[in-house]
Amino acid sequence: MIPRMPADASQPVFVARGLTKVYQMGEVAVHALRGIDLTLYRGEMVVLLGPSGSGKSTLLNILGGLDAPSGGEVRYLDHVLTGASDAALTRFRREHVGFVFQFYNLIPSLTARENVAAVTEIAKSPMRPEDALTLVGLGNRLDHFPAQLSGGEQQRVAIARAVAKNPAVLLCDEPTGALDSHTGVVVLEVLEKVNRELGTLTVLITHNAGIADMADRVIRMSDGRIAEERHNVQKRAAHELSW
Amino acid sequence: MRALDLKLLRDLWHLRGQVLAIAAVIMGGVATMVMSLSTYDSLVSTRDRFYSEYRFADVFAVLKRAPEPLAERLAAIPGVERMETRVRAGVKLEVAGFSDPITGQLLSLPDVGEARLNRLHIKRGRLVQPWHADEVVLSDTFADAHGFQPGDTLAAIIHGKRKRLVVVGVAVSPEYVYQIAPGSMFPDFRRYGVLWMGRSALAAAYDMDGAFNHASLTLARGANLQDVIDRVDAILAPYGGTGAYGRRHQFSNRFLTEELKQLRTMATVFPAIFLGVAAFLLNIVLSRLVALQREQIAILKAFGYSYAAIGWHYVKLVLVMAAIGVAAGVALGAWFGQGLAHVYRETTFRFPYLDYELDAGVIAIAFAVGALAAVSGTLLSVVRAVRLSPAEGMRAEMPEIYRTTLVERMGLARWFAAPSRMIVRHIQRRPLKSLLTVFGIACACGLMMVGNYQRGAIDFMVDVQFRQAAREDLALSFIEPTSGRALHELAALPGVDHVEGFRDVPAILRFGQYHHRGSVFGIQPEGELHRSLDRMLRPVAVPPGGVVLTDHLANEILHVKPGDLLTVEVLEGSRPVRQVPVLGITRQYLGVSAYMQQDSLNTLMREGATVSGAYLAVEPGTERELYARLNDRPRVLGMVANKAAIQSFYATIGEFILFYNFVATLLAGAIGFGVVYNAARISLSERGRELASLRVLGFTHGEIAYILLGELALLTLAAIPVGFAVGVALVGILVVAFQSELYRLPLILTPENYAMGASVVIVSALLSGLLLWRRLGRLDLVAVLKTRE
Repeated sequence: MIPRMPADASQPVFVARGLTKVYQMGEVAVHALRGIDLTLYRGEMVVLLGPSGSGKSTLLNILGGLDAPSGGEVRYLDHVLTGASDAALTRFRREHVGFVFQFYNLIPSLTARENVAAVTEIAKSPMRPEDALTLVGLGNRLDHFPAQLSGGEQQRVAIARAVAKNPAVLLCDEPTGALDSHTGVVVLEVLEKVNRELGTLTVLITHNAGIADMADRVIRMSDGRIAEERHNVQKRAAHELSW
Repeated sequence: MRALDLKLLRDLWHLRGQVLAIAAVIMGGVATMVMSLSTYDSLVSTRDRFYSEYRFADVFAVLKRAPEPLAERLAAIPGVERMETRVRAGVKLEVAGFSDPITGQLLSLPDVGEARLNRLHIKRGRLVQPWHADEVVLSDTFADAHGFQPGDTLAAIIHGKRKRLVVVGVAVSPEYVYQIAPGSMFPDFRRYGVLWMGRSALAAAYDMDGAFNHASLTLARGANLQDVIDRVDAILAPYGGTGAYGRRHQFSNRFLTEELKQLRTMATVFPAIFLGVAAFLLNIVLSRLVALQREQIAILKAFGYSYAAIGWHYVKLVLVMAAIGVAAGVALGAWFGQGLAHVYRETTFRFPYLDYELDAGVIAIAFAVGALAAVSGTLLSVVRAVRLSPAEGMRAEMPEIYRTTLVERMGLARWFAAPSRMIVRHIQRRPLKSLLTVFGIACACGLMMVGNYQRGAIDFMVDVQFRQAAREDLALSFIEPTSGRALHELAALPGVDHVEGFRDVPAILRFGQYHHRGSVFGIQPEGELHRSLDRMLRPVAVPPGGVVLTDHLANEILHVKPGDLLTVEVLEGSRPVRQVPVLGITRQYLGVSAYMQQDSLNTLMREGATVSGAYLAVEPGTERELYARLNDRPRVLGMVANKAAIQSFYATIGEFILFYNFVATLLAGAIGFGVVYNAARISLSERGRELASLRVLGFTHGEIAYILLGELALLTLAAIPVGFAVGVALVGILVVAFQSELYRLPLILTPENYAMGASVVIVSALLSGLLLWRRLGRLDLVAVLKTRE
């Protein structure tokens, strides 16, 4: 059993050392990660920036227990994720990770409330689905099916679904990628609010540099390596962003 | 190769599991069709060739005795081409080491030259030589059953005198393609044999010197059958003629005709089910394919491909699937057909050869029917593919629209966790598709039940016939009608517990335009051994003064109801014609009968207490001795022991039942697996993304399998009771289609039938489930994050 979040904000949640990932694509070996060292802390809002093919999604997938690195080690709190079994990784995702996808990936046959409930039903100490949806501003759309919601609303349901289990980390892969700028800002405001109010470590992938300004820390990736890492001294609020 | 055709090949390869499952269903339909049609064609052409090569007669006449010169008058009838007279004798046979009673039919062969009609095909040995009084040729069924070879001997009791006979040949005859003892319900090759011997030898032994008691003739081209029969009857009436009849009433030919009719039925009913299911499967697979290829179709159109080109592309796709199924079906059907023809030849129909033929026409029909089913099943999807406007096709599809289900609106929702809700909502979203899936699975269950139905039905028929109606241990017939006093002698024999006499009068029964050639049976009203049964299969006493008919005879042949007056034209003695009221209708599955009280029948015949034979209850253990004593009684002509008859019947049909069970299991399995696997694959394809999303969110392999396989299980479970109903309906069709004068199958399904039907469905579902479980383990979790479908 992996213990739940420590109270100490300075304690690292993820520690990655010397991560490499090589995909064998037919006869060509693709080096997606070429040695990543990274530490992520509780309560942080981290933006992973970089062009497509830079390795940011691969990194996110490894952190989320969806993929295994070819080399190096990942620790979550005091547990080593590298080399864990499929069942152990499933339990890790189930109990500690919230995912938000570019295309929402809601279950079309379930209402907003039920999409959240699908996750809370199998979680250890979740919020009520209604509370999670109220948190993302959809308290009045509980019984709507995905087909009855706009893209932005669907993504907010997805965020509610991700946070409802009180995860240690929220991993968001291009959460605004399929949305227009105005709707995208609304979604980012929700992420900002979750990060602030629940103190959830939030890792956000984007190739949109404009979004980086809302992060505590910006990690720029290029060609499988960390090209640049900076702390925003002056964080900007999501509603101030535009692109 | 053109680019679109390459796409076609790759699509087929990509869908190979489903292509094979669909092809298997088409194969099932085509195989049954090809099996039935080719066996039918083969039997028909073999029969026709055999009949013509061995000069099977057109008209047969049985009489008591006529002087040979009368033959000239028969031959002179206008319209008669060839005519031959014969001596025919009912005999008892004795085979060393076999104690059961054996009845035989001894027929004369001309002393000089070959028979003019009904020639023999010699399988082993030779024909009898002129003037060799002890030589006989045996029918091959009887010879094979006892292992007789030329040179072996047996004894026949002809006219009360025991005669030693030497087997010189083994033969088959067009007259005895199907061999069954007179008065028997089933063929029994060990206890009934047909023998041929020289005319003068038989005439001497049977007291028929210079006389004949059987005539057969062929018709000249254009001659009218009924005219000839009428003239033959007129000539033979003074000589105890019992009425000439055509091939239609010749027993062996009649049975062959009935069996062929059933093969035709099988060639239409069952393929129709298979191909209907295949059409449905093609429809769901292609609709899914079109949905998945929306964008591709739109792009092709944007490039300028015409509607026709795209439509034809998808039609070709289903045609290839159908062609694989049809080709496999033709091959399997030919294999089954040869097997079935072989089983027929081994167990039922004795032909000297069997020309198995797979007509090119049958193959053409198979391809046409397969293509029709495939194209009709997919036309809608193809039209939908073609109609899509390019711009619309390239836009992402909206999320599927779902609604809460009725069950949930009724307030039962709180019992369901989210995965269960997904299952019921998914089933409800396309109710028609779900229904058709259930129906398709149900068809597999139903087919399996049909395949296994015969065994139980036959057990039931045998039980009704031999444990309810004809309960005698032994039925014996006298050489000619005899005084009832003979029964006392029988009762006095050691080992005989109980004796009931019966009177059997050959007759034509007429009502309006309908008639039936058979006999009227006089039985004891309070009979313990031989009884008639009512609709509920309870024994009922035959009332005095009239006739009681079995259901098929009354309803289907004569179209009479109780109260009607039946005309009985007796074919014996002075051949009186009498009017007899119909007093009731009874149930009988084997053969058809008209029953009267023996006393009433005696009165009708204006005779004293006369019997034609007797039913005996025999003390167990005394049979052997009793048979020997009865064999020595010259007036006892034939004996049928029921227990032995039943055993031999089961031995005969065993091979048929095994064959049909094998075919049915294979085909029902093909349908079951085809439907379940396809339904599951489509479901996986539609929901793969959401299941993978759930895996990412932390659902285990087992939890997402529950969502997918739970739906499958629910549909499968729902299909089982529907399948039972389909099975009952199919058996009902079979019962109606197969009913004939010879037998009617009862609509009886045993718990075992239901269990077999359910198990084929469950096994197919488990197998599909297993394959799917493995696929779920290989879901690409990373890809779902990046694609929008």
